[in-house]
Amino acid sequence: MSDIPTDAAPAAASHAVKGRSLWDDARRRLMRNPAAVASLCVLAVLVFLAAFGPMLWVHPVDEIFRDRVGIPPTFDNWHILGTDTEGRDLMARTLFGLRISLLVGLAATLVALIIGVTWGAIAGFFGGAIDDLMMRIVDVLYAIPFIFFVIVLMTMIDTPDPFLKLMLIFVAIGAVEWLTMARIVRGQTIALRKKEFVEAARAAGASPLAIVFRHIVPNVLGPVVVFATLNIPVIILAESFLSFIGLGVQEPLTSLGRLISDGARQMINAPWMLFVPAVTMLLTLLALNFLGDGVRDALDPKER
Amino acid sequence: MLALAVRRLIVAIPTLLAIIAAAFVLMRAAPGGPFTKERQMPPEIERRLEAKYGLDLPVGEQLTRYLGGLMRGDFGPSMTYKDKTVIEIIAEGAPTSAILGLSAMALALLVGGGLGVAAALRQNHVQDYAVMAIAIAGVCLPPLVIGPILQLWLGVEWGILPSQGLHRDEIGLIYLIMPVITLSLPLIAVISRLMRASMIETLRSNAIRTARAKGLPEAQVIWRHALPIAVLPVVSYVGPALAGVMAGSFVIETVFQLPGIGKQFVLAAQQRDYTLVMGVVLIYSFLIILLNLAADMLYRALNPRAREA
Repeated sequence: MSDIPTDAAPAAASHAVKGRSLWDDARRRLMRNPAAVASLCVLAVLVFLAAFGPMLWVHPVDEIFRDRVGIPPTFDNWHILGTDTEGRDLMARTLFGLRISLLVGLAATLVALIIGVTWGAIAGFFGGAIDDLMMRIVDVLYAIPFIFFVIVLMTMIDTPDPFLKLMLIFVAIGAVEWLTMARIVRGQTIALRKKEFVEAARAAGASPLAIVFRHIVPNVLGPVVVFATLNIPVIILAESFLSFIGLGVQEPLTSLGRLISDGARQMINAPWMLFVPAVTMLLTLLALNFLGDGVRDALDPKER
Repeated sequence: MLALAVRRLIVAIPTLLAIIAAAFVLMRAAPGGPFTKERQMPPEIERRLEAKYGLDLPVGEQLTRYLGGLMRGDFGPSMTYKDKTVIEIIAEGAPTSAILGLSAMALALLVGGGLGVAAALRQNHVQDYAVMAIAIAGVCLPPLVIGPILQLWLGVEWGILPSQGLHRDEIGLIYLIMPVITLSLPLIAVISRLMRASMIETLRSNAIRTARAKGLPEAQVIWRHALPIAVLPVVSYVGPALAGVMAGSFVIETVFQLPGIGKQFVLAAQQRDYTLVMGVVLIYSFLIILLNLAADMLYRALNPRAREA
């Protein structure tokens, strides 16, 4: 709080004292960070392209041009990023893949967030045997390889419907990524549970679960937001790994990861098929990471 | 210190048992079995095969049998490679994965640590920004992307390095250069960031101010006094991360066509080779527990304040 109102302020302060919450402060700090603002702009463009690009672009995602298979980027017929080895426009494919990758990143992070926050807050608040048991479960799950889980979860419900399959990817990745979140939230909760406001809520007759969700959870959101922002790129990478082993997004849907692994197989005769989705992914991840770092610095200025 | 290590290993036994049980039950929960193939087998043959591997028993009994086998050091036969045991398969792949993982981690510690220190010494200067740019790029360029690109440039276009495979009979090291670099990039990214943050904090501490005040040369202040303190967060990170890379990387082993256990594991899980999957999970968990313990021991050795606890 370095900017306490000085002599110029009292006049204004006298008629309307408007408090600034910690979140307001954080937003100000974030907006003053050029890297974070730049990545916000890049992200806005990417999200716009992902949302509306596939509809606006001249070529539909699934149209196959039999006479123009695997051509390098050219202005003829608007294949500005070329076509893939099956004759589909790469620009359309990449826009669509970006949409799916962002969607997977957001939705899986949301799943991880819900499970992790609930788990960590309950374990940390109740403590004792409940805490021991819940965190022991987290320890055990930690020591089982990530892919093992995802493979089992993905194969447990096998469905031919690509959209349902996509939903399943969200759940499977989210169901694995919540562990770190649970640990962070538990640590924060333990630090909070003896605080006066919790005591006050208890005295006012709030039930334990109400205390956890109404009073504790809103107070641990800072680190949770930071973790969530930095977790989206991790999940996009995880999804690309799943696509690489053939368990990811299925045709006719596609994702950046799937485009990259398809491109890697064709890199000698059609290198643009690797570079286009790779550069798109690089841009997306760079923006998300810079934004995540910015949010962390904004919420916790000490870290700088 | 030794007593503590022994105690930690004893406490690890129930954890390991829980991991085995969890993985075992999860694996069985996935539909299909090792003998469910595209081509339908006569049900009679399938039943016999299942009986041969004990798959017709209740899951609880299968688990006790498996644990009994483990006690005798028997990981069981593989269910997809008919004439091999799990131990044989792992013994074939583990050395490649271990060498790859260890070299990648060694490279990452050297490069990442060096970059982190260099950035911290010139905080908010060009040098610092360059290192942070490398670190962020390392996070954003997964092996999946960087592997094929390196292969294309170094292997195919310039022909400097062999792009794939491993020939252990010849001098095989040259085949490992690209995979090791690819594997170490994300590690370099994390380690350099950790090292930078921790070094900056250490250089501001009273201990370092004292060392400087008594007139020690700057090099000695940094290498003898600051580094052992600053390296602590890196030590905690490296334990589990090393277990992760040593247990094999599917992407690296596939892209560069190396015979490691990362690839075996994913294929086994897809084909429901129950025993092989369990074997790799077990080794991975054991490595995690062991290397976490080693990291804790090293942490205590370097940090006197952690010793009393």
